Amino acid sequence: MSTPALEELKSNLRAAPKRILDTAFRSGKPSTDRTRSTFIFGNVFLHLHSTRVHRWTLRWSTTLGLGLATTAAFLITLITGVLLMFYYKPYPDAAYQSIKDIHFVVPTGRFMRNIHRWAANVMVVAVILHMARAFYTASYRKPREFNWLIGMGLLATTLGLSFTGYLLPWDQLAYWAITIGANIAQSPREVTDAIGITDWFDPGGAQRFLLLGSDTLGPEALIRFYLLHVMILPLALVALMSVHFWRIRKDGGLARPAGADERLPDPAGAMYPVFTQAPAKTYSLAAIVKGRTAAVGQGPENTVPSMPHLFYAELGVFMLTTLVCLALALVSDAPLKELANPNVPENPAKAPWYFLGLQELVSFSAFVGGIGIPMIVLAGLGLIPYLDREDSGTGEWFGGSGGPGVVKQALVVGFGAALAIETFAIRFGWIREWYLAAPQLLITILNPGTLLAAAYGIYSVWLVKRHRSARAGALGLFTCFLCGFLVLTAIGTYFRGPNWVFYWSPSDWPRH
Amino acid sequence: MTVVPGSPRSRLDPEPLPRRDWLGLASLWSAGSAMLFALLGSMRLPKAAIVAAQSKGFDVALPESLRIGEAFVPPNRAVAVFRDAEGVYAISTICTHLGCVVKPGAEGFECPCHGSRFKPDGAVSRGPAPRPLAWLKVTPGDGIFHVDEGKTVPPGTKVTV
Ligand code: HEM
Ligand code: FES
Repeated sequence: MSTPALEELKSNLRAAPKRILDTAFRSGKPSTDRTRSTFIFGNVFLHLHSTRVHRWTLRWSTTLGLGLATTAAFLITLITGVLLMFYYKPYPDAAYQSIKDIHFVVPTGRFMRNIHRWAANVMVVAVILHMARAFYTASYRKPREFNWLIGMGLLATTLGLSFTGYLLPWDQLAYWAITIGANIAQSPREVTDAIGITDWFDPGGAQRFLLLGSDTLGPEALIRFYLLHVMILPLALVALMSVHFWRIRKDGGLARPAGADERLPDPAGAMYPVFTQAPAKTYSLAAIVKGRTAAVGQGPENTVPSMPHLFYAELGVFMLTTLVCLALALVSDAPLKELANPNVPENPAKAPWYFLGLQELVSFSAFVGGIGIPMIVLAGLGLIPYLDREDSGTGEWFGGSGGPGVVKQALVVGFGAALAIETFAIRFGWIREWYLAAPQLLITILNPGTLLAAAYGIYSVWLVKRHRSARAGALGLFTCFLCGFLVLTAIGTYFRGPNWVFYWSPSDWPRH
Repeated sequence: MTVVPGSPRSRLDPEPLPRRDWLGLASLWSAGSAMLFALLGSMRLPKAAIVAAQSKGFDVALPESLRIGEAFVPPNRAVAVFRDAEGVYAISTICTHLGCVVKPGAEGFECPCHGSRFKPDGAVSRGPAPRPLAWLKVTPGDGIFHVDEGKTVPPGTKVTV
């Protein structure tokens, strides 16, 4: 007793699964150029990509996949971090117990924690390398200056995430590293005290109080760090990342050398001219948009559809990053020391490794190492695209005036100066060891950190004059600072023991 | 904006400044300043008016056996209390460099974090610490001494019963 209406209902039911899919992906299988394009711009998650990418962009040597690796590492920390939040309790002592539970009791807890920890480290390494890549290929130039600044924000946010995460386990390592960190925030007092104005003007004290929510490191501080770590900073990072990616498209894709088209090998057989005639004009959203885009006068011959070319490359980097994080998490456990004890400092008390270079400087002057040098570095990095207004060598490794020659020389200068100054300070001590009554202001102004920064600065000014180019100076300065960072970080990590005394190896540390 | 017929302006040219729209501008500014004030007001929130922390003042009873120049560290306090011929005094054991807790010893104080050393009276003798250790206010009581970690006194201030 089937009626036509019932029949139709049945057949609709049978067809439903396919129709659900069809309506979700309206363009059908991405098998032709047209459907590949709609596949991308018809999908809210994918349409951050352009539909076609230049073949230069897809060369491994262009990016080394570093920005993507950073993104991948972030996504891994995001997923594992949310999982850790199921058990983590942000209150002193309970926090430590909950991490212990995660580590020893929760199924897969230790593995997730290890992955989280390792992915955070991978992210820091990747973000620094990614910045170096963008710098050495001179990709920060017009019109990408502002995206370089967004990148600086991303770097700072990434470091902030790591720093705030470091406190969460509430063990000895965490407690003392953050004590030192919070007091670094207070170190402008070194200067305000020296000139005697702290009673009226105390930015250092205000910063520390804001960070800790109290005058000691306790529950208020932990909840603030937790809030920053799981909410404020991840949201800031996602917002900055969106702008970063969006601007890459608006800036015409990745930077490439002027002669990229000629230098690429002939396109593979599968490629064919899209336009038989070069278009004379590109049409943006509407004629209200002023200006002509870079595509004017040329056909998209040297571009390929993002689906599949770009996507497969992205997927490859994502898988590789995941593999690295998983492998590291399998072989090495995240550390967990004893419960935090506010009466007995961990000795030596070390910050996360990427801050140990600064901690090395802090051991001469808190203000210079903790605030002065980082500010100079950030300001210097931020100014690069606005000081180097040249255009030779854009998109080219070590491109621009001076080129690889300057970089090699700067490696020698950078390592040499850092090693020399550290050797001197370790061997002979510093001003207070020779002259006890030395005023603090003198030490704040004259210490290994400021001397090193000055040496690098003078060298790069010399480079600017010698090569008559800001790019040459920038190449020298950036390379020098990278060398200084490596030397100081290595010394802080491997050669400093109890009481921050220099030891050739941890096996020489005194037993206590 | 009205387009004057016959004007040569192309759609690619920037638009001339639109006629002043008082209502629009007024609402824009009032919304802007409201937001600014709301922001300033809420920035007040993170700075607590009352700090929840253990009380800064505490009482100590010095053991009879305490020798001259020997430090007595009350439990859970970053303070070293001394007694000598001139009286009793307390020195904070929080390093003036970056806040680690220094260890009192025969030759003064030693900081484990970046190697600062202090003389027995708290003066810096080496390392990165910018200031001497703080001397804290001590008030004698009935067989005990009251120490206030929140109040500093000039170095050399000692009290007798
Ligand atoms: C760029 C992103 C991130 C970095 C660099 C980072 C870094 C860290 C670090 C270094 C720790 C200490 C881990 C340990 O001692 O084992 C940590 C812990 C933690 N993170 Fe993240 N994190 C990131 C993102 C996130 C996100 C997005 C969340 C949550 C939404 C999160 C939730 C947590 C939790 C709950 C802990 C405490 C568990 C523990 O200490 O093992 N993290 N994070
Ligand atoms: S905290 Fe004492 S020397 Fe740095």
